[in-house]
Amino acid sequence: MLGPVLETLIGGLMTGVLYSLVALGFVLIFKASGVFNFAQGAMVLFAALSFARLSEVMPLVLAFAFSVLIMIALAYAIEFLVLRHLVNQEGIILFMATLGIAYFLEGFGQSIWGSDIYKIGLGLPTNPIFILESVFPGGLLIDPTELIAATICAMMVLVLAVFFQVTRVGRALRAVADDHQAAQSVGIPLNRIWLMVWAVSGLVALVAGMMWGAKLGVQFSLSLIALKALPVLILGGLTSIPGAIVGGLIIGAGEKLAEVLLGPVLIRTFDLAGGGIENWFAYVLALVFLLIRPQGLFGERIIERV
Amino acid sequence: MTGKTMSRKHAGIALAALLGALATAAPALAQNEQFVPNLVYRTGAYAPNGVPFANGIADYYKLINERDGGINGVKIVFEECDTGYATDRGVECYERLKGKGPTGAAYVIPLSTGITFALTEKAPADKIPIISMGYGRSESRDGSVFQWNFPLLGTYWTAADILLQHIAKKEGGFDRLKGKKIALVYHDSPYGKEPIALLQKRAQMHGFEPLLFPVTHPGVEQKATWLQIRQNRPDYVLLWGWGVMNSTAIKEAVAVGYPRDKMYGVWWSGAEQDVRPAEGGATGYNSATLQHTSGRFKLHEDLKKYVYDKGQGTARWEDTGEILYVRGLINAMLGVEAIRTAQEKFGKKPMTGEQVRWGLENLNLTADRLKQLGFEGEVKPVKVSCEDHEGARTGRIQTWDGKDWKISSDWYTSDDSVIAPMVKEAAARYASEKKLTPGCLVTN
Amino acid sequence: MLYREVGQFKTSYTADQAIFPIAQDRWFVVVLVAFAFLAVPLFASQYFYTEVLIPVLILSIAAIGLNILTGYCGQLSLGSGGFMAVGAYAAYNLALRLPQTNIILVFLFAGVMAMLVGVLFGLPSLRIKGFYLAVATLASQFFLEWAFARVKWFTNYAPSGSVAVGRVELFGIPIDTPGRIYIFVLAVAVVLALAAKNLVRGRLGRMWMAIRDMDIAAEIIGIRPLHAKLSAFAISSFYIGVAGALWAFFRLGSWEPLAFDVNRSFQVLFMIIIGGLGTILGSFLGAAFIVLVPIFLNQLPSWLGIGMSTDTISHIEFMLFGAIIVFFLIVEPHGLARLWAIAKEKLRLWPFPY
Repeated sequence: MLGPVLETLIGGLMTGVLYSLVALGFVLIFKASGVFNFAQGAMVLFAALSFARLSEVMPLVLAFAFSVLIMIALAYAIEFLVLRHLVNQEGIILFMATLGIAYFLEGFGQSIWGSDIYKIGLGLPTNPIFILESVFPGGLLIDPTELIAATICAMMVLVLAVFFQVTRVGRALRAVADDHQAAQSVGIPLNRIWLMVWAVSGLVALVAGMMWGAKLGVQFSLSLIALKALPVLILGGLTSIPGAIVGGLIIGAGEKLAEVLLGPVLIRTFDLAGGGIENWFAYVLALVFLLIRPQGLFGERIIERV
Repeated sequence: MTGKTMSRKHAGIALAALLGALATAAPALAQNEQFVPNLVYRTGAYAPNGVPFANGIADYYKLINERDGGINGVKIVFEECDTGYATDRGVECYERLKGKGPTGAAYVIPLSTGITFALTEKAPADKIPIISMGYGRSESRDGSVFQWNFPLLGTYWTAADILLQHIAKKEGGFDRLKGKKIALVYHDSPYGKEPIALLQKRAQMHGFEPLLFPVTHPGVEQKATWLQIRQNRPDYVLLWGWGVMNSTAIKEAVAVGYPRDKMYGVWWSGAEQDVRPAEGGATGYNSATLQHTSGRFKLHEDLKKYVYDKGQGTARWEDTGEILYVRGLINAMLGVEAIRTAQEKFGKKPMTGEQVRWGLENLNLTADRLKQLGFEGEVKPVKVSCEDHEGARTGRIQTWDGKDWKISSDWYTSDDSVIAPMVKEAAARYASEKKLTPGCLVTN
Repeated sequence: MLYREVGQFKTSYTADQAIFPIAQDRWFVVVLVAFAFLAVPLFASQYFYTEVLIPVLILSIAAIGLNILTGYCGQLSLGSGGFMAVGAYAAYNLALRLPQTNIILVFLFAGVMAMLVGVLFGLPSLRIKGFYLAVATLASQFFLEWAFARVKWFTNYAPSGSVAVGRVELFGIPIDTPGRIYIFVLAVAVVLALAAKNLVRGRLGRMWMAIRDMDIAAEIIGIRPLHAKLSAFAISSFYIGVAGALWAFFRLGSWEPLAFDVNRSFQVLFMIIIGGLGTILGSFLGAAFIVLVPIFLNQLPSWLGIGMSTDTISHIEFMLFGAIIVFFLIVEPHGLARLWAIAKEKLRLWPFPY
């Protein structure tokens, strides 16, 4: 009994890290500009498609470099065409604008790169590794692809956290997140900061797209992963990078454990037509946490004044 | 106020509104043409499987027009409409296209069990037959209740039965299945739920345990499902997926180390697009066949000559041997032959939906006729009647060897002693729910 | 010149408090409604009914519902699809198990069921705000979607999970042709829109708007947030539930839970944003926009005579849809209703510039 639970826990934790990578893109943009970027999922898809298709005709490193350039160009385009005109609008308007961008990117990406399933051939091992075979019958299953992806994600988070804390640009970003006008008045160029944030977010989307694409194949449904990252986001707090990781771990583990342990119980008790608990469990879990801490575990406390 | 820009904005919006109103007008078609709508999905999560199928259908219509000048001189005009596998878009496409052409739509091929369910309610009123070849409601093979549905060549109960017969044969007989576990990983939609009834009946009969694992659309979240499969250790896994769900299932099976040779997919889970993403990992995976297998055959000579050499091909020539493309060809062929059968009775002119329905119900493709059409070896003879809208219920098992699909069994025919009573009961239930009087339709 | 209130004197408080104080406005609305009831059936085609008028009217009701919650009360909700599903399945189950019930009662029941569920899922709004609430409402969306797919009782134990409704009858008259469905849906929409308009002008509406603008200040002056927010959720869900039942019965006929998925929620949200947050007119305009634009984009290539493959058309549809939304948000963030309001402002002065 313990074996399957541990196995599910490990699998869940690793999936959680992958979710947190997608959530990271959201956090970066929200932290710096207060925009809830719903287009993050479409950006993940677009980046993954670019990388997958480019890697068909050029070596991986070049494909990666070009994809980075494409994402930077995309950030530039978004800032120039959309964000610049929507300065000072309410949050919900900006959110809807990103929804519009998401639709546009989904159509645009597929019309350039195609709607088939494309491979990301990173050469990651696919056969499972079994550990602790002496302790548990059959051993504990570890998916090496996920393990490598989780390590890369963890490294990215570390790099970004250090970047925000230590470098000048990072500090400027934190200043902008705190108070736009104050940051402007000390001479921080808002437009360039936003461009940089969207570009970094695009890079994060590219890495997330590569990891998820290597796991699932690159296809339209990749953009739906963003919906899974949302509970991670609100659990960890919309403005917190460590929150994204912790939230990801909690949601990933919680979701998988619920599916495997709680699911069969519910099915038997209520005579349900099958499981699929994980569809809503992540959200309900996040909701429960929010009731205790309405701004997420690590989010900034919302101080309201009248 | 923003004075100047307002009037320009206003004019723009007024113009857009006017154009919007005009949008609902439809262009007219010439008189001696048969209109056929083509509900496809070339975008979205199911596009990888939808595209080759749509290509096959389009190419066959083009071939008939180019090579034969149409069906007895009546050219086929077809129009594609993207449904994205969504039921409401499917219904919208159907509503928009059903009245086009001099005689309306000849038939409709929804390529989605969900859309088939929705159209089953509408088609009788609009008098347009639905050809749901290899999918749709399993009980719709009873033509006295489902007069407008034609699940040609096989329903899902047929498919499930063929797979179970093969598994039983491997084990040494149905009685050897006692105590075994057979898992069904299915798409959480009417499509995926179809085989459950047959699985449960056979489970009762032979004593094996069916384990059901639904996967939500679009099917990329299967990690928990396969972890559970690993923990439950079923002896066999049946896969009833579509689109991205298929390739994800095989990849997840590799990731948890479930032997692929114990996996059996339905005929919609056995295409090149499903196994290639897993690369070497898919070797040994099996699926049922909707009679045909992959590879080019006699018809392709004509396809090349009349369609591809003229640059009219919808797909790439290299892909014209793929399973789903061939299936599209076969589906279009059945529709065309139904129109032809109808024309023999009603005259060599564009047919109405009612007349095509008669043609479908009296479709009789003998081995000679199939050879004439160029489909020898791909499809066995088909005979449709009012009681049997399926026409044929046989299939084989094929296995992926890493490069291609190879037939790995003899022909199985689904066991009517098990299925026929189920069909009767389900059809009767539908008839009583809808307050219909069963009976064969007569068309004059 | 034409549109001025010069010469219109109000001699009673009731007259002063009318919904349309300017006579021209009143006449315009009366003529419009009369046109919709009497003139449209004369020239509308079946396609126009089933693909344009009926969806627009039903979705307008849903949009009014969401507008009450998000536009007037400021609680961003992404759970509209789930509440529509509640309405649809509630109506289905009542019609199935008590087939003699009057169809109006069936739809009312659908609304009430959705209202109860809405209040339940609205409770978190007392603690959670902003985008956090939006994502929390997704919990209701996914949970409800799951529940209708799994709890077999809701779908009457159908093995396929898909349900279908038969003929609808109102006092013995079958409502089966598109023309009749249109009249029925139009009547429901007019009644509900009028009710909503009065609600938002009254005490309840002012409470909602106070919460939206500054909820702490509202609490300080004595508006109870529990009462305001939950009533917003309740009434909003009622509207959305009725819309869901109408959608299922008259537009779909046969459906599975996927018909009310998260895309539907986003669709309704788009409608109110494009139409105008916090306006009743905006709900109608937004619904019309969202329904017409895809149809328009789909027909565009065939009219311009350009042959395009369906996937290109689909992709262009997506791209143009996204671009149009962004364009609208840049040009007029307060939506189409604001454009209409500005037009009326200009008309009051016309032909003078100021």
